Parts: sequence; structure tokens; C-alpha cells
Amino acid sequence: MKLKGKVWKFGKNIDTDAIIPARYLNTFDPKELAKHCMEDADPDFPSKVRAGDIIVADSNFGCGSSREHAPIALKAAGVACVIAPSFARIFYRNAFNMGLPIFECKEAPELIEEGHEVEVDADSGEIVNLTTGKRMKAQPIPPFMQELIRDGGLISHIMKKIEGH
Amino acid sequence: MSGPMTIAEKILAEHAGCEFVEPGQLVEVKVDIALGNDITAPIAIEIFKKAGVKKVFDRTKIALVADHFTPNKDIKSAEQVRMLREFSEDQALVHFYEGGEVGVEHCLLPEKGIVLPGDVVIGADSHTCTYGALGAFATGVGSTDLAAAMITGRTWFKVPESMKIVYKGELQPWVCGKDLILYTIGNIGVDGALYMAMEFTGPVIERLSMAERMTMSNMAIEAGGKAGLINPDDITRDYVDKRANRPYKFYTSDQDARYAKVIEYDCSTIEPQIAFPHLPENTVSISEVGTVELNQVVIGSCTNGRIEDLEVAARILEGKKVAKGLRLIVLPATPSIWSEALDRGFLKIFADAGAVIGPPTCGPCLGGHMGILAKGERALSTTNRNFVGRMGHPESEVYLASPAIAAASAVLGRIGSPLEL
Repeated sequence: MKLKGKVWKFGKNIDTDAIIPARYLNTFDPKELAKHCMEDADPDFPSKVRAGDIIVADSNFGCGSSREHAPIALKAAGVACVIAPSFARIFYRNAFNMGLPIFECKEAPELIEEGHEVEVDADSGEIVNLTTGKRMKAQPIPPFMQELIRDGGLISHIMKKIEGH
Repeated sequence: MSGPMTIAEKILAEHAGCEFVEPGQLVEVKVDIALGNDITAPIAIEIFKKAGVKKVFDRTKIALVADHFTPNKDIKSAEQVRMLREFSEDQALVHFYEGGEVGVEHCLLPEKGIVLPGDVVIGADSHTCTYGALGAFATGVGSTDLAAAMITGRTWFKVPESMKIVYKGELQPWVCGKDLILYTIGNIGVDGALYMAMEFTGPVIERLSMAERMTMSNMAIEAGGKAGLINPDDITRDYVDKRANRPYKFYTSDQDARYAKVIEYDCSTIEPQIAFPHLPENTVSISEVGTVELNQVVIGSCTNGRIEDLEVAARILEGKKVAKGLRLIVLPATPSIWSEALDRGFLKIFADAGAVIGPPTCGPCLGGHMGILAKGERALSTTNRNFVGRMGHPESEVYLASPAIAAASAVLGRIGSPLEL
């Protein structure tokens, strides 16, 4: 699986209230959540993000609440993947369960800036900054997890397996 | 294989049916209690239905607590609670709480003896780690993991490394569990315990009440922790014995258990702590705060809404008035805490001081309702998060502190200590 997209850059400790503020959690409709994705970190984000764009952030992305609405909102807003040196553990698990690929890469905040084009190879974990030509390495996503992401998350993945048998 | 283990490792080993586990190992464990609330359970219920499953694994082991937007703030949130209610009726769930029965989940479940020492608890709420104070392995998960546990009664974990934090010395006046955990987060940072099980130990912890222990475990997640455990003792037994209606088990860490990190604090030098916007790690000692004027003070939540917290606040507010122009909002965390606060005269003290006394609800803590901040407003709160926009407008500010600091600050109109009154 290869992902290519334009980068939106964020800082350290982007929390789940920044990803999707709790005042919008009276619904779990992905389209509604997408309208407010990242708005407390960047009020214009929901209007300027395009399908296939990539978020690059600094460490501890997704800290705070256990709300699955956070990866749901990012995915529905069109975010193809998130790259950061580290992720908060509940967010990490929720992201894969929702089918949102995330990549742990230490050098990313240093070597990638907003507006750059990057390409991520999930099999090898290689990230190429197409704007600067710089290469870096993330933890690859194993094949079964890639299949889970392609199926749209853990539950769809399990359902597909049950139906397949 | 065998060897010494921490309390976290022992609980996970037993629930996985293993003699021994070690950090990094993936284990499948049985779940004693699976928890969801009015924000997270609707997604889990949808998944449950989509999976075509007829019955939950055990109708006594699932707790659905509609505490976040209670009393339901609008049509959408009422619809989410309706989903919980209908599902609970359909599945004949024993532990469904709403309306006059609902309390803030992490106060309600221990109070009712629903979570017990030695349990594995998963909750679709990040502050599920609160139950570590009882000596349970408890951690927050997403709605999908909750749905899977409701179906199978099991979940998987990577056995976390443990971090031991030893608290020594004598506490200064007005320093409590909240100050200790804020100090710790300020010291190690909001990702200082990422993926780890924190273990709070030492002579200071051994003397802390269950309420203060729960405050500390509650905020383990604010340091990135997977769990925040305290080895159970006589204080735990006193709390649990009168509430439990099923057997429970005490697990304690072996003397020679292995830790990824050990930290020791001399608590006699720790002052009351204030976490400045916009991260719980931005802690400042009360003597260094300077003048920070406030528009609102909130006393309540799963962190500090227990009767002991209200008692401290009442002691300080007795015979005093809330500063002109400041809103003090007091939210006893459960119906029984509310009722006890009434019986013991605390609510009268709050009312006479000019406080707004609300129902048990998570409301303002997450910017839901019942105390939302306008642009530029500043609140001091006994809750657990001060992220941007957490209590309302993205340009408002939240400062975190103990109930004692909150009560004193409400009188002073600025952040201050009871020693100034």
C-alpha cells in the first residue's frame, strides 16, 4: 500500500479535543464530525483539507480522550494517514480499528514541512519527501493490518472474514 | 518461565490463564467489567448490531452510564441516551444508569462495588484508569474494543512496562492527592508514562484515603499511562468490603519486580500545584502563580467530585462568599454523594456562599454543558484536562487544581490558597 499526498503540519501533543471537540460529540455521524475536524487547532482545516492529504505532527499525537470519533473525523475529512514520532496509546489502537493508517517516524517533523508532498510505503515503512527528496523510515504496517485498513477497519474486516467462510 | 511480577503483570497473567507474563507479551484476557457512556456506547451498540450478535457475553458485566451530557442537553444527546436505554432493556443489562440514578461513571462504579480489586476493566472512556486505585487493571479503549468485549467477554493487551513512583515525606498543609499527581505529570510530562502502567507507592500513598488515591489513578492517562495502579491494603479493604457483592482478589507487586523506571519524590517540598493552560504538564507551585483572575470555578468530576472533595471545599467556604462576578459551580459526582452532601450541610454552605449547585454530570469538564466558557474567560477547575477549548470557547482558559485551591480561589476571585483567607 502506497499513500501520496500534500502535508498539513501540526505540533506536539495534539489532543483529541483539538481533533474533534467534545461539544460536537452529540453525534457520531462521520460527515458531521468531519466538518469540525482539527478546528480548535486550525479553524480553517475542515474547509481546506482535501481527500488524500496527509497530517505530519510532532510527538504524542492523539493524547487525551478515548473517543473513536477522533480517527473517524480524520478519516471522514479525507486524511489519508498521520505521521508522527509517537502516538497516545488509545488513539493508536483506535486509529487501526477505524482503518486510519498511522506511521511512527522520529525525523518526520524535522524533515517535512507544511505543503510538501510526501509518499509513504506501508510495506517497507519508507517515507519520501517528494518536495525535498529526503527519505526517512517509519515502522512498516504488517500485511494483516494493511488488509484491515483496506477493509475499512476492524469490524468490517471481521465481518468480511465471517462472510467469506 | 516464572519470576517476580508487578501488580499489573499479576492481574493480566491470571486473566490470561498464564503463570507468568512479561512486558511486551501479547495476551488475551477475560474482562470483568466493560464500560461505556452516552458518547462512546452508541458507536459500540451500532457495531454490536451490525455484527448480527444476539446477546452480550454476560448481562451483569457491562455497565452503561449516561453521564456525559446528563441531564440530556439537546435532542441529539437525548437520542444517544435512548440508544443506550433501548439496548440495555433489550439485553436486560443490570448496570444501566441515567437520570436520577446516574453519577459520573468513575465515581459511581467503585461506589456501587461494580468494579473491584483484581478486576480487568476496560472502558470506552480514557479515565477508566481510575480503578487502578482499587488494585484493578483498568484502562481506556475505543468503542470498537468495547463492542468486541461486549460480544466475547475478552480483549487483548500488550503487557505494559511498569513505572514505579515512590512518594516519601510529610505533606504540607492543603497538599493532597491532586497536587501529587499534577506534580508528577509536571515532572514527567504528558507522555512521560506513554504505554506504561504507573504504580503509585510509598509511605505517603499508604496513608492516602481511597478518594485521593482515585484522584491520582484517574490522571495516569494525562501522563500517557495505560493504567495507574496502587497496591491494595487495609484502606482498600475498608472501602470495598461494604460494597462488594462478588468475590475479589488482592494482587500486590513482588519486592523484586522489574520496572522500566523508578522515580522517588520527597513530598515535603511539594506545594499545591496548578496546571496552567493548555496541558496538564504545565504545572506551577501556588507560591509562583502570581495574579490570575478568574471568571469561573468548577468543583466536581471523576477526578474530584467525591464527598471528601466536597468536605474540603465546604470547610473553606463556610461563612464566606464567592467573589463578585465569579461563578462557582459545584457538581457532586453521584446521587449518593449529592444526598450525603445535603445531609452533612455542605450544600447549604455552598448555596449560602453563592455557588451554583448542579446535578451529577460530566457536563462542563468536557465543554458539554452546565458551565461553558465564553471567549477570553478563565476557569479554575478540579477536573483533569485543560486542553484548548476543553471547557468552551477555543480562546478560553482552564487551570487545574485541587478542591482546596478551587474553593479558596472562588472566594478570592483569583487563583489562591486557603492560607490567604
